[in-house]
Amino acid sequence: MTEVAEKRKVPAEEEPSSFRLIITLGVIGFFSGVILVSSFLYTRPIIEQHRAEALRAAIYEVLPGTSRFETLELRDGQLVKVEATEETQAANEAAPQIYAGYNDSNELTGFAISSEEAGYQDLIVGIFGYDPQKEQVVGFKVLESKETPGLGDKIMKDEDFQANFHSLAVDPQIVVVPNGEKTQDNQVEAITGATISSKAVAGLVEKGLAEWRPLIEEYLKTKS
Amino acid sequence: MNHPAPSNNGRTAEEFLKGIWRENPVFVAVLGMCPVLAVTNTAVNSLAMGLATMFVLVFSSLLVSLFRKLIPKQVRITAFIIIIATFVTVVDFMLAAIVPQVHKELGAFIALIVVNCLILGRQESFASKNPVGLALADALGMSVGFAFALLCIGVIREILGNGALFGFPLFGEGFEPWVVMILPPGGFFTLGFLLLLFNWLQKRRRARTEESLGTEYERAREYL
Repeated sequence: MTEVAEKRKVPAEEEPSSFRLIITLGVIGFFSGVILVSSFLYTRPIIEQHRAEALRAAIYEVLPGTSRFETLELRDGQLVKVEATEETQAANEAAPQIYAGYNDSNELTGFAISSEEAGYQDLIVGIFGYDPQKEQVVGFKVLESKETPGLGDKIMKDEDFQANFHSLAVDPQIVVVPNGEKTQDNQVEAITGATISSKAVAGLVEKGLAEWRPLIEEYLKTKS
Repeated sequence: MNHPAPSNNGRTAEEFLKGIWRENPVFVAVLGMCPVLAVTNTAVNSLAMGLATMFVLVFSSLLVSLFRKLIPKQVRITAFIIIIATFVTVVDFMLAAIVPQVHKELGAFIALIVVNCLILGRQESFASKNPVGLALADALGMSVGFAFALLCIGVIREILGNGALFGFPLFGEGFEPWVVMILPPGGFFTLGFLLLLFNWLQKRRRARTEESLGTEYERAREYL
């Protein structure tokens, strides 16, 4: 306080006017706004690009053999093909989309479906590949998760766990079994110590299938 | 203000060094415990949080010190918070653009730098009362000390809990990770042991200086 009293311009006894207080905060607020807007405008396209790249990479990863993909959007209960430019992807975030992958000889490799489920910490958002001809899940990748590092985050890193989703039968339903007890095609081996995260991933796949499988079947029927 | 310091360089160096060891914000002052406990589960996260805090603290101190004569004391806390929040938001955008993976892992804790009492504390107790050079030295010293403390905890927790350092495995397959160390309790354990170590070191140093001073004192006592 003695330091403040020492100031020449503002003696301690003299209260600054309310006007001065408002002006000070107003000026600080104004400059803060300018800094925020400019850094937002500068980083926004980079962040969007990261997100789009991560999604694109994930689609190719969960659908092995895919060389190009089409974006399908849900409109009035039907899947409609849309031109996937980056603008439409950003603009149509509200409308759910899935992605149909094709290989070099233009055959369908499957559908990439993103879905989410509550994990141990927060929502796990993942994308998985579904092959309607084999009726199998052919790949899975986590897009967003806050699972415990070292335990729950093995759903992203553990190769043995990932291998569960390379050819996972979806009928009659996906079942989570303890590690080392996988006997059938529709079973997923849980990660030891991360059962909740493992079950959440299986639930995520089930949820995505329940939502999109009927639509995919309809889409394939109308197409052929 | 404008105390003619006897040796200006010496004072600046002292303000810088005090934050690293003698007045370390974590090990001595025990400030800013929220990020210290929450995001130190890996060395990379610790480092990112340390650097983000450094950016915010240095720039906030710079501005607060520059404008210290213009900000009326009645609205100083509000002004500090606006300045700090601006830089926190900028750092949030920057991390999302430059290192999206780390940004994802740190999550809400970046936004929570705003309420890190270390930062507001330095503005109130130092930057608002000292010229720019000293304020910068103080901010740099404190944030280096903070980052150093975070890194200490992060390195210990990652090695014990994950058997790795900066993501590279250190031990062979035979190492059984000490999982509790990367879970929240591990943060408390590690911090507790490090505080114990620091207190012991300080106590020993104090005892030593007293010893060297104390020989004469003891001689004087013998006369009584």
